[in-house]
Amino acid sequence: MAKVAGNISQKANALLNWFDARLPVSSFWNAVMTGYYAPKNFNFWYYMGSLALLVLFIQIFSGILLAMHYKPSALEAFASVEYIMRDVDWGWLIRYMHTTGASFFFILIYLHMFRSLLYGSHKAPRELLWVFGMFIYVALMAEAFLGYILPWGQMSYWGAQVIINLFGALPKIGEPLTQWIRGDYFISDATLNRFFALHVIAVPLAILGLVLLHLVALRENGSNNPDGIEIKKNKDADGHPLDGIPFHPYYTVKDIFGVGMFLILFAFVLFMWPEVSGMFLEQDNFVPADPLITPVHIKPVWYFTPFYAILKAVPDKLFGVLTMGASVLVLFFLPWLDRSPVKSIRYKGLWYKVLLALFTIAFVRLGMLGMAEGTPAQTWEMRVWTLVYFMFFVLLFFMSPRGKTKPEPDRVTH
Amino acid sequence: MSSDDVNKGRRRFLVATTSVVGGVGVGFAAVPFIKSWMPSARAQAIGVPVEVNLAKLKEGQLLKVQWRGQTIGVLHRTAAMVDGLSKFDDALVDPESKGAEQPAYIHGEPRALRPDFLVVNMHCTHLGCVPQMIPEVGPQPFDEHWNGGFYCPCHKSRFDLSGRVFKGVPAPSNLRIPPYSFLDDNTLIIGVSPKGAV
Repeated sequence: MAKVAGNISQKANALLNWFDARLPVSSFWNAVMTGYYAPKNFNFWYYMGSLALLVLFIQIFSGILLAMHYKPSALEAFASVEYIMRDVDWGWLIRYMHTTGASFFFILIYLHMFRSLLYGSHKAPRELLWVFGMFIYVALMAEAFLGYILPWGQMSYWGAQVIINLFGALPKIGEPLTQWIRGDYFISDATLNRFFALHVIAVPLAILGLVLLHLVALRENGSNNPDGIEIKKNKDADGHPLDGIPFHPYYTVKDIFGVGMFLILFAFVLFMWPEVSGMFLEQDNFVPADPLITPVHIKPVWYFTPFYAILKAVPDKLFGVLTMGASVLVLFFLPWLDRSPVKSIRYKGLWYKVLLALFTIAFVRLGMLGMAEGTPAQTWEMRVWTLVYFMFFVLLFFMSPRGKTKPEPDRVTH
Repeated sequence: MSSDDVNKGRRRFLVATTSVVGGVGVGFAAVPFIKSWMPSARAQAIGVPVEVNLAKLKEGQLLKVQWRGQTIGVLHRTAAMVDGLSKFDDALVDPESKGAEQPAYIHGEPRALRPDFLVVNMHCTHLGCVPQMIPEVGPQPFDEHWNGGFYCPCHKSRFDLSGRVFKGVPAPSNLRIPPYSFLDDNTLIIGVSPKGAV
């Protein structure tokens, strides 16, 4: 028995050698997995990246299967989605996978970004890592918006109407630009057809490329950690960080555990509660698109509502659009706005904890208000939180070089 | 971490059992995605049995109908056509249709429930083209002793008026016979076997 096993492993080794002589299999595996040392003090927040990658693959996989049954034409789109839900074997499962995956993607990305704000993962030398991540986030928003038009329901239609008309706020070029985007004088078959192409080919390709850059940039400097100190400063005789452990097997196993727990939650939503009371799938979108009737209460899906609230808070069309654009754009500059000498919230003073808490409350409240009907009182509240949102970045810029800090430890803590 | 206290047997057991359980899980999880490629409920609904009215089909006429996207030929054979079937048995690959794809209630030379009506899947058993019916008896460019039958334009396969393939052509077997039955004397239904038959 042992002899047979020995024989098999010998043959497997010979096969691996054959490949290694032609393709850098082992050296690549070693460079990015077994020989890559990650800080040993990762916590819960460090699950989000690998889970986001998993959801990306779930979206690509379920999306390919959906594209096999979906018809990107104004006449057939709505019926083809119904066809997927009712007639295609397991079609409902595939579609709910895709819709649930879209919302979970944003949940994970928001938590992933929040982790950065906690532990300063965007600070030098990881600025590019953050910037690539922001590009992924923006591409993801584009992907979600483009995909949302495809079912050709009332919310698809009128949501696209509102978002495309945002570009119309720009002086002079606004109107021709919106016509160019729509390919018609109104949102029509031409718009749907091109949005389908962008949603299934162009933007996913861009996202995959950006994810690759994000990962290459990550491996270059290695992960940050909850203490925000560089583990490469303390190395053992072999040149390995004293506070690091090989990514494989330690973090691959940790991530597989995370995948298991995540999929349980994912499956629960998918099977038991796929609409999440109109949050993941809006009720109005179960009505076919009608260019003559606007739904009474029009709002974007939950992951866009914080920015939608900022748009609604500003009482001027152009200025509102610019403010909303600025609220996303400002995030790109976070690495240079945070001038604190320490990275992690653990060693920043109370000032940062207060700022971050206010910013988080502002973001969540704006998200809730973006979904609401919009009473005058709510409009005023949106204005307050919009101000808080932007003040976070202003105050961060001015307070971070001066704000109190605690001494960083030399080695990671437990 | 010292490697002395590693229990290799237990590690191998855990890796193996985890892999097996995970593999079974992946297998089950794959089922919905593989099944989503099967004909959908709509395709199955379109694939329902087809009724054909025979009252207006004159002797010698061929009617083509679609069933599940396949061209099904209904040929009203004359008595002469039926009588002539046994003439060239030697030239046929499988005169008794032993290797043919046909329901168990179809047998013999006429290959039909009623000898005067041949119901046949017209698609050539070679590569799926639809052969032409050439009922005229007499020499043809492709056969000197033509007794009437089907001739495939794609790769020159020839079949007699029971859809039986001749020797020396690329088609490997006789034309297929779909399940069918008669609702009454003048109504044929394709896709449903006679009551009690399989």
